[in-house]
Amino acid sequence: MEQQLNQLKEEVLKKIEEAANLKALNEVRVAYLGKKGPITDLLKGMGKLSAEERPKMGALVNAVREHVTAELEAKAANLEDQAIQAQLEQESIDVTLPGAAIKAGNRHPLTRVIEEIEDLFISMGYEIAEGPEVEKDYYNFEALNLPKDHPARDMQDTFYISEEILLRTQTSPVQARTMEAKEGAAVRIICPGKVFRRDSDDATHSHQFMQIEGLVVGENICMSDLKGTLDVLTKKMFGADREIRLRPSFFPFTEPSVEVDVSCFKCGGTGCNVCKQTGWIEILGSGMVHPNVLEMAGYDSKKVSGFAFGIGVERIAMLKYGVDDIRHFYTNDVRFLSQFERAEG
Amino acid sequence: MLVSLKWLSQYVDFSNLAPAELAEKITRSGIEVDAVIDRSQGMTNVVVGHVVSKEKHPEADKLNICQVDVGEESLQQIICGAPNVDAGQKVIVARPGAHLPGGIKIKKAKLRGQESNGMICSLQELGIEGRLVPKAYAEGIYVLPEDSVPGTDALELLGLRDTVLELGLTANRSDAMSMLGVAYEVAAILGTDVKLPESTYIASNEKAADVLQLEVQDTTVNPLYAAKVIKNIKVAESPLWLQHYLMAGGIRPHNNVVDITNYILLEYGQPLHAFDYDQLGTGKIVTRPAQAGEKMTTLDDVERTLQPHNYLITNGEVAEAVAGVMGGAKSEVSDATTTVVIESAYFAGPSVRRTSKDLGLRSDSSARFEKGVDPNRVLLAAERAAGLLAELAGGEVLEGTVLVDELDKTPKRVVVSPDFINGRLGMKISLEDMIAILNRLQFGVEAANGLLIVDVPTRRGDITIEEDIVEEIARLYGYDEIPMTLPASGEQVGGLTPYQAKRRIVRNVMEGAGLYQAVTYSLTSAAAAQKFALQKEETTKLLMPMSEEHSTLRQSLLPHLIDAVSHNVARQVNDVALYEIGSVFLGKTAEELPHEEEHLALVLTGRWTDNAWQGEKKAVDFFVAKGIVEALFSKLGLTAGVSYEKAVVDGLHPGRTAHILLNGEVIGLIGQLHPAEQKKSDLKETYVVEMKLAAILTAEVEELVYKAVPRFPSITRDIALELERTTPAGEIEAIIRKAGTKLLKNVKVFDVYQGEKVAADKKSVAFSLTYFDAERTLTDEEVVAAHNKVLKALAEAGAEVR
Repeated sequence: MEQQLNQLKEEVLKKIEEAANLKALNEVRVAYLGKKGPITDLLKGMGKLSAEERPKMGALVNAVREHVTAELEAKAANLEDQAIQAQLEQESIDVTLPGAAIKAGNRHPLTRVIEEIEDLFISMGYEIAEGPEVEKDYYNFEALNLPKDHPARDMQDTFYISEEILLRTQTSPVQARTMEAKEGAAVRIICPGKVFRRDSDDATHSHQFMQIEGLVVGENICMSDLKGTLDVLTKKMFGADREIRLRPSFFPFTEPSVEVDVSCFKCGGTGCNVCKQTGWIEILGSGMVHPNVLEMAGYDSKKVSGFAFGIGVERIAMLKYGVDDIRHFYTNDVRFLSQFERAEG
Repeated sequence: MLVSLKWLSQYVDFSNLAPAELAEKITRSGIEVDAVIDRSQGMTNVVVGHVVSKEKHPEADKLNICQVDVGEESLQQIICGAPNVDAGQKVIVARPGAHLPGGIKIKKAKLRGQESNGMICSLQELGIEGRLVPKAYAEGIYVLPEDSVPGTDALELLGLRDTVLELGLTANRSDAMSMLGVAYEVAAILGTDVKLPESTYIASNEKAADVLQLEVQDTTVNPLYAAKVIKNIKVAESPLWLQHYLMAGGIRPHNNVVDITNYILLEYGQPLHAFDYDQLGTGKIVTRPAQAGEKMTTLDDVERTLQPHNYLITNGEVAEAVAGVMGGAKSEVSDATTTVVIESAYFAGPSVRRTSKDLGLRSDSSARFEKGVDPNRVLLAAERAAGLLAELAGGEVLEGTVLVDELDKTPKRVVVSPDFINGRLGMKISLEDMIAILNRLQFGVEAANGLLIVDVPTRRGDITIEEDIVEEIARLYGYDEIPMTLPASGEQVGGLTPYQAKRRIVRNVMEGAGLYQAVTYSLTSAAAAQKFALQKEETTKLLMPMSEEHSTLRQSLLPHLIDAVSHNVARQVNDVALYEIGSVFLGKTAEELPHEEEHLALVLTGRWTDNAWQGEKKAVDFFVAKGIVEALFSKLGLTAGVSYEKAVVDGLHPGRTAHILLNGEVIGLIGQLHPAEQKKSDLKETYVVEMKLAAILTAEVEELVYKAVPRFPSITRDIALELERTTPAGEIEAIIRKAGTKLLKNVKVFDVYQGEKVAADKKSVAFSLTYFDAERTLTDEEVVAAHNKVLKALAEAGAEVR
């Protein structure tokens, strides 16, 4: 009987090994360990054995049964594993194929520059002020110390709608309107917007372009505040290593007036084609608000002072991104626009 | 303003500075130097030659064989093609090996078989602009004075070993439109003195007043008129130094009389005019406003028609000059002139500016009068002219000046406190330093009672208020010295307004949906201005447009945006999705500012999804565009108030266009571009949206309040309805929503079918209804009851359940 048992064990182990899939393996399990299987038969046949042999044989049968069961489980695990492997192999993909594109547009580069500047100034307590593109001569010129026969009006060629109405040539009228509306209270604003000049469109001129101006009015506002503020601005826009320098200039609405240069971000100041070998790039005009402008807006220019600055947004974008033709900003070629997808911190 | 440093050095010493260093200092302290121009332009080997003989070239009619003494033992043979070359002349010779401007190198050469050892030069060949070369030499070589020494450096003789600074003057610094003005500026920067020119001559016994009468009719426009009379003038070429200073300053030499007036224009910034006394003919000068329609011919031989606001110099009968702008042809100085009247006057800036603009005539003279000349230089300039005419033209100056003078010449006084100056700058400049700077500027200054009393010389008409003194001190103290601070924080908290913040959200939604932001022009053509406009109002037009294309302000963003899409498609970018946020301009009347309204527009064409290798390709359609709009409303919390109505809009597909309504009011449109429009723009199926952004962003929105997350299951029932094809699904949805009890939480279209399985005029629309109660699990009975109400309402409305 022991021999029979061993033979049976050999036989079942062979069958287990031969089982090619879970179904076949299950058949083996049912055939050998099932109620009608030979091992059950052997156990049933134990009654014929002597009392001494019975426990010995019982132990042997159980050992074989446990062994077979273990082998069955191992084989099952193995087969399952193989099945999974086969499935995985079958499901394998070419990971180098392109992903399903998620459509993502982006801001226009000019908006991008404006929002970057807006956010910087918001962090310094500024509000964003906006005004109409079609303006009164009064706000565009007169309230800014540019009376009708002022020679500096030659500096800007204006699109007039009527004698008294025009397309604003600068965002400064927003400053005049804001000051007037504040009725003597302090002002701290940034004014972005579209402006218009009678220029023929070419690589460096556009009859429509964008400006962003800043204005601070209050007690004890001084030129060092202007300089410090512009230093923060240029470092944010062009890099922490940038320096600024102020050069005297003239604008009717500020006194003193200065133009501001930033140290060349390409060569660092040693001279290159971007800075025309000077090491410096002119980026904006600014100054202390002219007392006439303050007085016209209802302030006492003896008690309060202010500073203002104005930036050409296209110029900043052209410098920052190396754009060589201002017309790109208004052509809206997707091959241009999509280049500004990348976000910057 | 072009400043010859050689000339400038007569008035101020800057010998320890290289031109570039001087330029940098000038730029940093107030006047931008646009260019530093080396007049020698790297020329070498250019000498004085003496043409000893001239013969015709045997082989060429237009060439001459010249034997030229260049200061060496042997004569040099030089072939010259200039028509005016002649034996006996002193000329400019570029020797073999010479470098000339424009990269020209002179070599020994053979011209038609004859050797040529160099080139006899014109001034143009030395890099002088043709418009500046004296007319006599404009078409040929330049002839040097007889006393020039052969072999010596011609560049030195011609004043070309010089550097010119080109100043970019701002409107306020007209004081620097003169050599003396620049000298004062340089002296202030360097802390040195200015050496003023002197005028010395011996006047004749005859009195000017005996030969010339003067009458000024309007002393507001012409508060000062001074005339000198100089007799026995010999009109000739000016000396070389004078001609070359003028050329360096950008003025063409004519003759000694005219050149002297121009020299003083540049030196003092005071425009002068020389009249031929005999051609005046009346012994009289009367300055007066023009009569309406009065005519005169100016020096440029153009007949001008004048108006009463133009001011004239007349001989008492006819116009001789337009005051401060240009002289007349009649009394122009000619070679035959022997007696001249030199005018030095003050004409009011606004009058000259207006006249110059009227006549389209801008001259060196008007440019200076417009901005205001120095009242204290008018008479000095007249004396300087008399002195130079005596010295350089052999003139006899009659005694005295014929004069009308009502001009205020007192310096302007500005009183300012040092604290004010430091307060404005954020600095602590000492009183001593401030006084020192004002002294360097040669301003009168006195400190009293803690105040600075500053007397500003009349040459600096731009300085009138305390802030001007602040600027003068700051620029000379150095802007680099100003520290950097930030404004003391006030009470204001910065930030975006709700409108501005929401506008950024709109951008985010658009970009998240895959659209690029475009920026187009506000100006468009009159024809396109109202196309697709949601609201057509009177258009706003430019008075003087530069082109019809940009003549009128837009009332819709779509035309330019569609053009932008066409631009892309024409360049093989076939899938384009753009949006723009910009203003439209609704003019109610022509007299007021138009109403500016911010709009949002979208244009979509081509494929919406394109995942080619996985076989997914979806073209944009109405519902893609609508989906973006819905996403926006959802983001802004406005979905509940929004509805869509089929609409007919010019330029859009009549079957595929809807108005967008917010709380019952039309605030936008959405539709396919009309096939005819698509064809015009070379576009395939293209969808557009335009909405009144302001209406959307200012609409009231419910506060965001949390609703409990469902704890109980919901129950879904589907209904398929057979409807007339023309019945909008939206109407049926509204019926369902209305009939559903509060248990009905959601209604969604999940299938639309029209085709073989339904009648030709019908369609099948399937809705999925979700019932739900936040408090408990619904029973079947409750759902059935609720659903039956819906079915009943649908039946009543004639919608047939399939």
